[in-house]
Amino acid sequence: MSTGIEYSPRPRRGVLSALIDPMVDLGAVVLGMFETLGDMTLFAMQTLRWLVARLPSKESLYTNMYQIGVMSLPVVALTGTFIGMVLAVQSYTQFRAFGLETQLGGVINRTMFRELGPVLAATMLAGRVGSAMAAELGTMRVTEQIDALSSMGANPIQYLVVPRFLSCLLLIPSLTIMAVFMGVVGGAAYCVFLLDIDVHHYSANSKTYVENWDLLYGVIKSVFFGATIGLVSCYRGFHCKAGAEGVGQAATSAFVQSFVVIIVLDLFLSIMLDNIYSYLWPTSPMLLNG
Amino acid sequence: MATSKPNAEPIIEINELNVSFGRQDVLRDISLSVPAGQTLAIIGESGCGKTVLLKTIIGLVRPTKGYVKFDGQRIDQLNDQQLTRQRTRFGFVFQNAALFDSMTVAENISFPLRQHRPDGRASHDEAMLARLAEVGLPTAVLRKRPAELSGGMRKRVGLARALIMNPEVLLYDEPTTGLDPIMSDVINELMIRTRKKNPVTSIIVTHDMKTAQQVADRIVMLYPLTRLADEEGQILFDGSAHELECSKDRRVTQFIHGEAGDRLMEMNENSEEGQVV
Repeated sequence: MSTGIEYSPRPRRGVLSALIDPMVDLGAVVLGMFETLGDMTLFAMQTLRWLVARLPSKESLYTNMYQIGVMSLPVVALTGTFIGMVLAVQSYTQFRAFGLETQLGGVINRTMFRELGPVLAATMLAGRVGSAMAAELGTMRVTEQIDALSSMGANPIQYLVVPRFLSCLLLIPSLTIMAVFMGVVGGAAYCVFLLDIDVHHYSANSKTYVENWDLLYGVIKSVFFGATIGLVSCYRGFHCKAGAEGVGQAATSAFVQSFVVIIVLDLFLSIMLDNIYSYLWPTSPMLLNG
Repeated sequence: MATSKPNAEPIIEINELNVSFGRQDVLRDISLSVPAGQTLAIIGESGCGKTVLLKTIIGLVRPTKGYVKFDGQRIDQLNDQQLTRQRTRFGFVFQNAALFDSMTVAENISFPLRQHRPDGRASHDEAMLARLAEVGLPTAVLRKRPAELSGGMRKRVGLARALIMNPEVLLYDEPTTGLDPIMSDVINELMIRTRKKNPVTSIIVTHDMKTAQQVADRIVMLYPLTRLADEEGQILFDGSAHELECSKDRRVTQFIHGEAGDRLMEMNENSEEGQVV
């Protein structure tokens, strides 16, 4: 049951009130944000504690893995393919102006491996799975199914959150690799078959600009994104307000908040991983090339 | 109607219990003692805190002040493991049954057994069939999903699930709400049979007077805090069904006879106020 206090602006009159009111309201919003952040941190810690204390049953884990991983594959593969092709379309004109169209493979692949693959897979997962998880758990909250679990001596976090969190965490790397692969294939197909770029040069340049680190780079990011989607979506479902409107809001906010956190995390992870790379391989030609 | 043993030890003790959500007070200074084996009905109009009281007893809601003791132990002071252990001694029948949508009826009923006694599939099936028979449902429902069942069937599946661990205390949250009169009577009869068959303490939250009078040894009536003065107690009545009938308190008689009384005047005042605004 939610214990959060709802802050609502109080109507006041007078010049002084006109100056004070916005500050009071802003303070209330900031307080509410800190309260949510603290609550979410506690929720994440409880999830991690239960993850270590007791692994979920195989049955529950496999069901969630199927829903989260297997059922997301087609949509991730399809969007990956089209994003690869769109990259080719958008970059072709500029590269052709400098006579560098054979370099397109390197740009498409590097972008897919490091940025678009992980972000695209995470976005699709947040939209397809995150919202559904928030709506399902929200409905369970509203219809007292979560209370029923607790009343029977089962821990709802251990029973409902841990398998979903673990499935997101374990399967997002595979979805990312699939998005990257299909993006690379889509981009190459478009360049070779529709833009008539020479296969040999396209292939040679593709290899030059991408290395194993780039794949690891995307996969590392994706693990953080998967954890974010699992935690934010389950948290939103668990703190769902009553009624159909509450369930709808939980589903929407699960996607929006996951997406915002993913984008912010993406920036910080990119900076961190680039620093790690330059620390580990300071003389790498990739680094010198930029 | 069976009565509890007069000198039975209290299995549940509620002492000066207060529950608030944010700035809203729901329960204030509730003190009750429930002897083992008693069937207690908690009645009162919607919003008076009956369900919150029931959920506080099992630790789903934390008290703001005061405490609930079960078998001598304060529920709010138990750690996770102790609370889990204590909860297996309770059975909770929720208002809308709260069956798990993603599971079949069989999986729903056997859920507590699978959770707490993972070994022993054969004994689970045996217990499940026995409970299903006890609530008078055919085995054909076992493979169905809750969405395929009628309201009355869902309530009975909920009761079978609550009984599967042989609980010492059964908590019913509005067991007959939303059911037709015949099905309400079936549920009332089931509650009486359950108590006869199993030595359980039952707490029934209801606003169905027929249920309270038919099933309970003792009736407690709560009143909404919003309608009480600061010094007034929230428990308006505590006694037998017969004593309830003889009560002189206008608020009690109004409730048991289903009379709107001053609420109609209140409603008219509100609508006039709305027109002026």
